[in-house]
Amino acid sequence: MGIADITFYAFAITLVTAGFLVVVARNPVHSVLWLILAFLSSAGLFVLLGAEFVAMLLIIVYVGAVAVLFLFVVMMLDVDFSALKAEMARYVPLAGLIGVVLLMQLALAYGTWAFSDGIDQRLGNPIPPIDEVHNTQALGLILYDQYFLLFQLAGLILLVAMVGAILLTLRHRQDIKRQDILAQIYRDPAKAMELKDVKPGQGL
Amino acid sequence: MIGLEHYLSVAAALFVIGIFGIFLNRKNVIVILMSIELMLLSVNINLVAFSSFLGDLTGQVFTLFILTVAAAEAAIGLAILVCFFRNRGTIDVEDVNVMKG
Repeated sequence: MGIADITFYAFAITLVTAGFLVVVARNPVHSVLWLILAFLSSAGLFVLLGAEFVAMLLIIVYVGAVAVLFLFVVMMLDVDFSALKAEMARYVPLAGLIGVVLLMQLALAYGTWAFSDGIDQRLGNPIPPIDEVHNTQALGLILYDQYFLLFQLAGLILLVAMVGAILLTLRHRQDIKRQDILAQIYRDPAKAMELKDVKPGQGL
Repeated sequence: MIGLEHYLSVAAALFVIGIFGIFLNRKNVIVILMSIELMLLSVNINLVAFSSFLGDLTGQVFTLFILTVAAAEAAIGLAILVCFFRNRGTIDVEDVNVMKG
């Protein structure tokens, strides 16, 4: 067993274990941390597959943004998670049954397929030799050319998601004092202060 | 030698774990969203594995798009969750009946 095989098994076992602990952990903060470990180990698998750009993107986008977003929400919401977990044992038989059935279906599907003959000639975007064009450059060459419309639409999806998330969570509370900048700017210095001539020994 | 089947097995296991998590945490929306993220990750592993063993870059391009949609979905889902928690004080899925559906 070579070093690549050992690395694959290490990442794969870490990934599946972390994924399992995400769904069974008692504390949602621990769930998010296991999720981060799962993302990191799958990024390792992607590096093994020769997809370095996707691996780095997974670390930046998933670990850096999505998982931290989850962590923020978990810590911000004051929820009694133990009450939510109390009935978990009730669902284990149903969930296990569905999981086993689905796993068997996937095993059936994976057992019977093969690449068709002459597939090498019919590839849409063959991976160029790694010593000429590296992974990130090759991806950029077809992403900004052949898939340009999809790329722009992906940006549009992100924009819509951002606007939607802001709109959903922004609220103006009426019962707190706020800074009114226009009122501050238009304030007249002549009316803002008043000079009093205080007589000695008398006060105001 | 590690073949395509090894990666597909890992992805299948991860997908099943995601489904398992959805049914196991019927009440906790946050863990359900995390399970959906796990399932999308397993789909990404499938795409990248096929892309690598077939020698075609298209799978990696579509992985990028799935990544985008997953990020957008997580952001919107968590925003709805925060909004719901503010109004109802709970994140129990069985309490989501404001619209009387």
